[in-house]
Amino acid sequence: MVQPISEFDDIQAILHSGFGKLEEACFLLARITDLKEAKAWLSTVAGTSGAGKLSYHVTCACHLRESYQGQALQIAFTAQGLERLGVPLDLFPGGDRLHTFSREFSLGLVRGENDQDGHSRLLGDIGENAPSHWQWGTGEKIPDVLIMLYAEEGALQALRQEVEADLALGFEVFDVLRAANAPDDDKLRREPFGFPDGISQPEIDWNASRQPRGVADTEYTNLIAAGEFLLGYPNEYDLYTYRPLLDAEDDPEGILAAAAEDPGRRDFARNGSYLVFRQLEQDVEGFWRFVYAQSPDDDGVGLAEAMVGRRLITGEALVPPSRIAIPGIGPQAEDISLNSFTFGADPDGLACPFGAHIRRANPRGADLPGGSQGLFSRLVRMLGLKQDGPRADLLSSSRFHRIIRRGRPYGRMVDRQSALKEEQPGKKTGLYFIALNANISRQFEFIQNAWIINGKFNGLDGESDPLIGNRCPTPLGLPTAGFNLPQTNGPSRRILNLPQFITVRGGAYFFLPSLRALRYMGRQGIR
Amino acid sequence: MTPLTNFTVIAPIVHGKEDELRTLLLTMNQAPAFADPQNSLVPFGEFDGLHFARFVILKDETLGDLEEFYGPEAAFPDAPVYLAFLGDCDGPPDALLADFANLAASGLRQIFSYCEGFDSKCDLLRWMRDHSVRPAAAYVNTIGRTVRQIREEAELTERLAKSLASLSVSNGLDVPPRQIRDELIRAVRDSGAWPTPVPAPVAWQLRRLFFLVAAPLVILLPLLTLGLAAALFVYGAVLLLLGAVLVAFLIPLRRHETTDPDVQKPPKPPSEEHLKLLGERHDFDVTNQYSVMGSFKPGLFSQRLTTVLWWLINFASPILYPSGNLARIKTIHCARWVFLDNKRRGFFASNYDGSYESYMDDFVNKVSFGLNLAFSQGLNYPQTRFLLWGGAQKEQQFKDIQRRHTLPTEVWYKAYPGLTLVDIARNTRIRQGLERQMMTDTEIRQWLAEI
Repeated sequence: MVQPISEFDDIQAILHSGFGKLEEACFLLARITDLKEAKAWLSTVAGTSGAGKLSYHVTCACHLRESYQGQALQIAFTAQGLERLGVPLDLFPGGDRLHTFSREFSLGLVRGENDQDGHSRLLGDIGENAPSHWQWGTGEKIPDVLIMLYAEEGALQALRQEVEADLALGFEVFDVLRAANAPDDDKLRREPFGFPDGISQPEIDWNASRQPRGVADTEYTNLIAAGEFLLGYPNEYDLYTYRPLLDAEDDPEGILAAAAEDPGRRDFARNGSYLVFRQLEQDVEGFWRFVYAQSPDDDGVGLAEAMVGRRLITGEALVPPSRIAIPGIGPQAEDISLNSFTFGADPDGLACPFGAHIRRANPRGADLPGGSQGLFSRLVRMLGLKQDGPRADLLSSSRFHRIIRRGRPYGRMVDRQSALKEEQPGKKTGLYFIALNANISRQFEFIQNAWIINGKFNGLDGESDPLIGNRCPTPLGLPTAGFNLPQTNGPSRRILNLPQFITVRGGAYFFLPSLRALRYMGRQGIR
Repeated sequence: MTPLTNFTVIAPIVHGKEDELRTLLLTMNQAPAFADPQNSLVPFGEFDGLHFARFVILKDETLGDLEEFYGPEAAFPDAPVYLAFLGDCDGPPDALLADFANLAASGLRQIFSYCEGFDSKCDLLRWMRDHSVRPAAAYVNTIGRTVRQIREEAELTERLAKSLASLSVSNGLDVPPRQIRDELIRAVRDSGAWPTPVPAPVAWQLRRLFFLVAAPLVILLPLLTLGLAAALFVYGAVLLLLGAVLVAFLIPLRRHETTDPDVQKPPKPPSEEHLKLLGERHDFDVTNQYSVMGSFKPGLFSQRLTTVLWWLINFASPILYPSGNLARIKTIHCARWVFLDNKRRGFFASNYDGSYESYMDDFVNKVSFGLNLAFSQGLNYPQTRFLLWGGAQKEQQFKDIQRRHTLPTEVWYKAYPGLTLVDIARNTRIRQGLERQMMTDTEIRQWLAEI
């Protein structure tokens, strides 16, 4: 059923790469003001007509695979944007949920003012993080379109000016989110607290070399079915994720590809993905001052590393490397040194606390605790007749809950020493968190809800993610601001009242279409 | 011995009174679907042995499926809308119902006055008994653990944590663990007694032991009592018989699995209004309620199969899973399976830790075979293969169909908010660690780390 992926000319490049060599980036939030002009521009950048007219175009994965690209442009739409472009969005047209966008995307990251169905609460977007405080992403400030620009150092300004000038006919750019320039003296990208970031990514199984649902899934894998990130391909259940499929008559020019499992229909979503964008402001001074106050001996570095689960300078994990090779990690030596580990080697949380950020964001578990040993043993474990200790089998298998992260930091980078020394008023720093996934509720939202903000994650009590938790008590008043560090000599070291280090300032759910879908949307005359 | 038992009072609601009743029920809540333990109608907090309780209106929005898939003769237009009053309690349920009839008479009378045949002058306890239904199957996470034990152990842990915190402040972290434990025991003793351990539920244990010993004995009996040749003959005959039964079962099973009209079509999605209603009623506590109902496929095959399977669940779960987990699921406090309307319809209710989405994740990824066994005869359930495969493994189809059948529970009560099963089990281990005579240094370290 699983087949290698070949349509790289149809896939936006961000699914393939984070454009690491392009130091500069900015994100334009825009609204459509003139439908005809907007479509004309989309059609042009997607390469339908007059592509030569512009010095830029939507970068596809094949461009990156073929040659170095000095600049890149990517486009994504909110549900509201697609609706304005005339893409049918009814939640369940004709009672048929299989053939439409996911509910999470259609309803958006923010579902109305008073969070009646608890969606913001489920994501931890309450208190300081509540959408009512956001700079963008609610009400009038919900963009229709996200245009992502990347360029070499010094080249972004020109690209942006050109793009903005062309956009002016059909769009109104109401905000420009400028990413920080990546420092060129360091190979590892760092987030504003100073830790290397984005170093652990799922490896998309482009070549379809792994068949999901096999016995091998009883061991942790980092090689993940393409359908977890790209719509229109089999996912980790070896099934096709629900997505908008159109009747052939809705695509008379035959722009879209046929749906793989239903060739009579046209696949609007094939080679596309959902993109989660969240602006996370980071309190760098607050972070380093807090850990310093807790552990002055080492300037708080050890505590900060325990909160993250990785070393500050090298990015190496606090747990020892895995003895067996993990599919989808390597062959590069750097990838192996940074990512070839699971938490199985640290069952008591002595090397890396259970609540550490990377242990929550991806617990690196497999389908069945205990691995693949013996058929009989597997049966006994599958039936739950043998339980190894109180913490055994509490977590979900990781392969169903992965995201590709393409975030970029913003603001002035403050190093640790100066964060401790002086007050640095003025510009805010943070991270534009960008994640790609095919099923928002099972991937991004599950990670955020069941793993990141869950006060009872993995048998813990009264904690949430030590970096990005909101510290708000649960609706019944249980605390979530603790952090427990198991110690070899007995009682755990317990830190209470962690301050909030990260505040959500904006965000939206986007659909990242394929180039075919962009051309389809760019057609004139529909609606 | 204090077994955890349950009561299930189910009565049809007077036609057209359902909205009024719902409005009344919702007044009992402090948050959506989360009961105020001191609400004036039924102050659940006053009932000592009550673990969980709920009021839910069993209105099946999917009733039209019967006719849609199986034609007019399968329709069930006069299907009643029921009110269900559920409780999970320590000791015999009858005693608790009597307490309810005593302490919450006026509130319960007000609620049940919306039910058919309820007379304001009737004997309330008798009426509730008459409308009690015995679930076809019931599961409890840990047999014999009482509300009192859960609460007292939680309080003990809190006392210990406080003592430990003040010890660490005064001693620093370099004190040998054994000494810390001794000091903790002293501190706890000084601040009052700690709960007495609850006696082990001996009868349950014996029953379990009996089956665990009896099963192999029965299997080995021919070998032990007959000669080898005769024993082999008996085994051969039994295997042949079992094989014949299996074939006689598999042929109609496969026919139903492949040709039933309701499996020919993809499961129907829930409506947007329904999803909104469900969304509002979750994740206030660390534990959530789950109520789901639906029709079985028409015909004797699905009814009989479900009868057998639910009986098996009821019989085997206390033997195989007496404490801590049901197959691989460790988050279910208790659950029950109830037949309605002469087995034309069924109802399932559970209390589980964590979010709805993670509960579903466990269903799909850890115990899909169990879900298929228990629910695959429900109408429009995703197509199964040989009963165990397919079904719940079809992730999105399964999530859709179960959401569509989930009922928005009106009122739900939990006696120990904030405590998950992991917390409760940890508190028990902490109490046991106080009482143990011999502990190695490693055990003491692990014990201290849990506090």
